Amino acid sequence: MISGYFWIDVILKVVFVLVAMILMALVAIYAELKVMAHMQNRIGPYYAGGRWGWAQPLADAVKFIQKEDLVPAGADAVIFKSAPYIVVAATVATYVVIPFSPNLIARDLDLGVFYLLAISSLTTLGVLMAGWASANKYSLMGGLRAGAQLIAYELPLVLTVVAVVVQAGTMSLVGIVEAQAAPIEIGGLSISLPFLLKGQIVGFIIFLVASIAELSRIPFDMPIAESELTMGYLTEYSSLRFTMFFLGEYAAMISMSAVAATLFLGGYWFPFVPESALIYIGPLILIAKIAGLVFLMLWLRSTWPRLREDQLQDMAWRWLIPVSLANILVVAFFKVVVF
Amino acid sequence: MSADYEALMHRSEVAVSVELQTQDMTLNIGPQHPSTHGVLRLVASVDGERISSVEPVIGYMHRGYEKLAEVRTYAQMTALVNRIDWVSGFASEVPFIIAVEKLTGIEAPERAQWIRLILTELFRISSHVVFTSSYPLELGGVTPLFHALRERERVLELIEAMTGGRFHPNFNRVGGIKPAAGGGKTQKQVSMDIPAGWLEDTRAAMERILGATDDSDTLVTGNELIKARTTGVGVIPGDKAIEYGLSGPNLRASGVAYDLRKHEFHLPYDQVDFNVVSAEGGDCYDRYWVRLQEIRESANIVLQAIEKIPAGPLRAKAPRVLKVPKGQVYVRGENPKGEFGYYIISEGGQKPYRLKIRSTSFSNLSILPWVLKGALVPDLVAIMGSLDFVLGDVDR
Repeated sequence: MISGYFWIDVILKVVFVLVAMILMALVAIYAELKVMAHMQNRIGPYYAGGRWGWAQPLADAVKFIQKEDLVPAGADAVIFKSAPYIVVAATVATYVVIPFSPNLIARDLDLGVFYLLAISSLTTLGVLMAGWASANKYSLMGGLRAGAQLIAYELPLVLTVVAVVVQAGTMSLVGIVEAQAAPIEIGGLSISLPFLLKGQIVGFIIFLVASIAELSRIPFDMPIAESELTMGYLTEYSSLRFTMFFLGEYAAMISMSAVAATLFLGGYWFPFVPESALIYIGPLILIAKIAGLVFLMLWLRSTWPRLREDQLQDMAWRWLIPVSLANILVVAFFKVVVF
Repeated sequence: MSADYEALMHRSEVAVSVELQTQDMTLNIGPQHPSTHGVLRLVASVDGERISSVEPVIGYMHRGYEKLAEVRTYAQMTALVNRIDWVSGFASEVPFIIAVEKLTGIEAPERAQWIRLILTELFRISSHVVFTSSYPLELGGVTPLFHALRERERVLELIEAMTGGRFHPNFNRVGGIKPAAGGGKTQKQVSMDIPAGWLEDTRAAMERILGATDDSDTLVTGNELIKARTTGVGVIPGDKAIEYGLSGPNLRASGVAYDLRKHEFHLPYDQVDFNVVSAEGGDCYDRYWVRLQEIRESANIVLQAIEKIPAGPLRAKAPRVLKVPKGQVYVRGENPKGEFGYYIISEGGQKPYRLKIRSTSFSNLSILPWVLKGALVPDLVAIMGSLDFVLGDVDR
């Protein structure tokens, strides 16, 4: 028999994941407004909320929700309506395995990394559904571009993660963090380093590029490409469904950054912070690392234009995949022979 | 079961041997679309992302200026002609007013000619800055727009200080320019001069613009992704460009160094020293690059003109009710976008009998079906943006 504590535990974890996702997505939206504004000689949101425009994302959300929930006449209504739920659900599900501290994790799966990669590629299914069901040629092209992008970039993403898994010897995300926290001997000195400094620089860069492509952010935002496809697969969406896509995009940005931070930058762990303190300040350390990566994405967005779909495919198949395969070889060689 | 299986195999073989019916998808781009600069409509038939043919549909913004001219006096027309290409209003006013001056035989004083030259170049800078900043936007880069529009603001402030308008100066008069406010005592004095300190402000602004083009170099010109998107895309060879009647930077980017400011000028362009910028490639990147260099050339022209501008009246004596004798004239000038001309037929009287406007963007746009054939949909945006047209200039 399942005890009452089990259900309390489940409910608390669900609430924790949902709140964490929505809060961090809102903060990311606000950061995007402000960071891009300052990079572009603008002030950005200023009045909403009284100070610094902190309530602008909320105000935007309220505005979107007030709009009419339109379903185009020719659309496949069921698929059209359910697409945003799939995107959001898949994004929420990735938060389940992200460790914020040694204890603060919804579920420490043994196959954490595997689960994460599988579930995060589900978002593209939602995007394809949205593109197909909208009965709009721009949406269709956007959806197909997203599909092509997923196939091209899921591979380097998985291959770089394989290298990390080989180095850590585990697929559990907590295990991967602990593997980075474990001290190693270099010239008589006993220090612990994140995987980024333990020979995974190439892997980290490929992972970042691939995850930006997976998130469809500039310079890889061809599925949306507002100057070509008006708004890509989002063209026909309005109201709450649009808000869900929007929130899902930023939540996915956070979760991808969290994964990158966990796999390569040591997650909630930081040098010289004792194990006992990590329980309390671990979430802050992880959030700081996420913030750094998100800032990098915003920075890229405000300096670079968009690539072309064929150039993106070219880059994935001719450069990223061979290099990430070689990366696995090198990492495995060092793992087996040297350490 | 085995019968079902055989039937299935048979059907699949039949399906393989039959050619699948495929057809191109018709994609209507515009008239409501973010990168058609207003209300251009392109009926494209696309095979996946590859464009097999494009048919531009224009006329959504037709305002009938040629017909309107027949019921307006010459003085009233200047308010209309600077709305044809609204990004470079003054530059399209000048050929019209010079055409009228040629018909009537009134010549503008030298100082007015120089001020026309300076303002034309300021509008050229303004127009090219709009292009160089909004072109990355078509490719997905947002930031250059904000940086460059800040610099354009300096130019617009100068234009506003001189003419009172930022976009539609309506500043030319037959026989000179409108006496600017701020120089003399009363509004009626024809001897009123340009605003005090204007030339010094202009010098400072031009130096700023020169600095801003250097900033553009670091943010846009040298950007690898911009190069990847634009080099070798939408190549227009020189002979094709001439064939389709391209002019201005679009022609010069194709290796034809032809600039009306050197060949057929009505303003004192022979007294300033400048280069005709041209590039060899004829692709989108070259069209961007030529315009960026022309900003520099124009800023240098303005700096020289400030030194050379003579003192004197701003306006020659012209009758209040202007009666234009019978005759016809064609005057063209180098607009920021290319050759811009007016063909006026006068039957005598206050109004033209017929006015034909040779607008630049109309001719520049005519190459679209040729250059877009076989391009990708993302290239469509890059090519269309690089031609730098204004829909008001296409439809008139």
